[in-house]
Amino acid sequence: MLSIKNLHAGLESEQKDILKGVDMDVEAGAVHAVMGPNGSGKSTLSYILAGRDGYDVTEGTVELDGSNLLEIEPEERAADGLFLAFQYPVEIAGVGNMNFLRTALNAQRKARGEDPVSAADFLRIVRAKAKDLGIEGDLLKRPVNFGFSGGEKKRNEILHMAVLQPRLCILDETDSGLDVDALKQVAEGVNSLRSEQRSFLVITHYQRLLNYIQPDVVHILVDGRIARKGGPDLALEVEENGYADLMAEME
Amino acid sequence: MGVRAIQENSDSRSAWHSNVLHRARELVKSTGPAQRRDEYWKFTDPEGLNVSSGSVSPTRDANGQSTVFDGIARKRIILPSGSLDREKSDFPLSSDVRIDELKDVFFDDSHWCSDLFSTLEARGQAPVQRPFALENRLHVNSGLAIRVCGRQIQPIEIACSSEDSAEKPAYLRHVLKLDPDSELTLLETGFLGIGANTVIEVEIGDGARFNHVRIQNGMRRFRSITHMFARLGAGSSMKSFTATADTDWLRNECVVDLAGEGSSAHVSGTAIGNANFHQDDTLFVKHLAPNCESRQVFKKVLRNGAVGVFQGKILVEPAAQKTDGYQLSQALLLDDDAQFLAKPELEIYADDVACSHGSTSGGLDEDALFYLRSRGIPESDAKGMLAIAFLAEAVEEIEDEQLAEAVMQQIQAWLPA
Repeated sequence: MLSIKNLHAGLESEQKDILKGVDMDVEAGAVHAVMGPNGSGKSTLSYILAGRDGYDVTEGTVELDGSNLLEIEPEERAADGLFLAFQYPVEIAGVGNMNFLRTALNAQRKARGEDPVSAADFLRIVRAKAKDLGIEGDLLKRPVNFGFSGGEKKRNEILHMAVLQPRLCILDETDSGLDVDALKQVAEGVNSLRSEQRSFLVITHYQRLLNYIQPDVVHILVDGRIARKGGPDLALEVEENGYADLMAEME
Repeated sequence: MGVRAIQENSDSRSAWHSNVLHRARELVKSTGPAQRRDEYWKFTDPEGLNVSSGSVSPTRDANGQSTVFDGIARKRIILPSGSLDREKSDFPLSSDVRIDELKDVFFDDSHWCSDLFSTLEARGQAPVQRPFALENRLHVNSGLAIRVCGRQIQPIEIACSSEDSAEKPAYLRHVLKLDPDSELTLLETGFLGIGANTVIEVEIGDGARFNHVRIQNGMRRFRSITHMFARLGAGSSMKSFTATADTDWLRNECVVDLAGEGSSAHVSGTAIGNANFHQDDTLFVKHLAPNCESRQVFKKVLRNGAVGVFQGKILVEPAAQKTDGYQLSQALLLDDDAQFLAKPELEIYADDVACSHGSTSGGLDEDALFYLRSRGIPESDAKGMLAIAFLAEAVEEIEDEQLAEAVMQQIQAWLPA
């Protein structure tokens, strides 16, 4: 589904590459985890995939089911089925959470040549998904992420994901700032979305999240390169030994 | 442009109005014209507004009537070319309100308006002179005297259409008196089609409530100034909101006297400016009595060389203990060419008050923009959503939810896709 080849990229404002040749293939239905120490390029990878301004790809390719992802706008990527759950979901005062989500859903549908979802149908869909995620009605009415707790923000991201039904979900440090209960709830939300057609790229600093979201493949990103690739055991190994050994290996 | 609709040698003019005109003429002699070098005009050049320059006439017909409030149950008062059109207006109104035309009032020796006309404006001529309001006092030839004595009144919309392209009066004034415990919602639309110089005087009696929503748009290559002078009695409240878009040059001045204990005044507005757009909100809020509350929320979305001005002053007199004053003025600058000039001021002579003011300007939040786009919303729509969200805080100042919704829809229609 997602094919990253020799990806070199960095901030536009700086000459130096942050990603220095990343290769990755995520098959349909698979859950891949990307782990790495601070500053290894994890968030940069998620931003490059989602199309954030301010980054330059200097080499390499990224394809989503064979089509070049890098040459299209963020909104086109979303309509194409890519979803980024933010590490820090943005608070937007004045835009209602539901209004935003419906606008997003119908914008995506429009881009795909599908009919818009009516207000009534939308409400039905959202209420059902929100209930599954334990999201209170109040959170739906409030402005996007505005005044939400850390846990509420992350659950809201998963709600957006559940409603938008992407085929590739990128979770950028979704576990950061969550207590165990919220972590479990978020992981359950993610697990309920797992399917043979949907792939996940779970980016995390700690192994903890992977206790709840079982990955098929684990990549260790160190200094902009995939230092190791393995099965779920690799995450446990890192948890045990830390990143220091791997970083030394890279030297 | 013939603005001297009032014949000074008219025989039957009431004594009170003759006196008003006499005093106004005396005052004009000691009042110079507004000039850029005045501190009060430093952000906005008054030159083009002075009558002598001859540029006050609309060069484009603002034909058609506003549909902003079409979904709202209301009574419409139609003022084409400055004269009341009783046929097209929704008469009869409630028995709790009485409306007369000023041009008739001027010939009525015993009209209630004789005690109020120009008194609030005259009080507002200090500490800074407001030459255009004085000019309006002298030349006004159209507008309404509105007396409210109860609460059983639907919102009243004053619609100043200008369907004919005939000469239009440049001076418009409404004088309103709300009796104690009465209530009025006043809507204004299309006023730019008729008055280059508009004054509203409103006396709000004890316990009365005055809500005001004004829509200003659609006049290009046209300069205009409005003044509002309000005086609040004990326990009374006013909420005045103005939405502006698609105008060339416009200054809205507002002078509020919180004269009665426990009164509350909210003045707010939104402006959407593109290219040749100079819009100025100049306010003077005076806390004269204890336990009063005032609040100003002004938001402007500017691009492509548009200029927004905010001058807001809160004065707290020694008697006005326990004052609660709040002022916010913000501009969203959509490009580097847009400008926001702000001068917030607090002048406080009481020691037990809570007053705050904030003024900011900046561009769109890039994080928010990317967040919206990453969920599938196209860039231009995402920018529009953020601009609307930015303006929403001011629109929320409108008391009535239906009215706020109607204004919000109008604002969405104004914002460029």
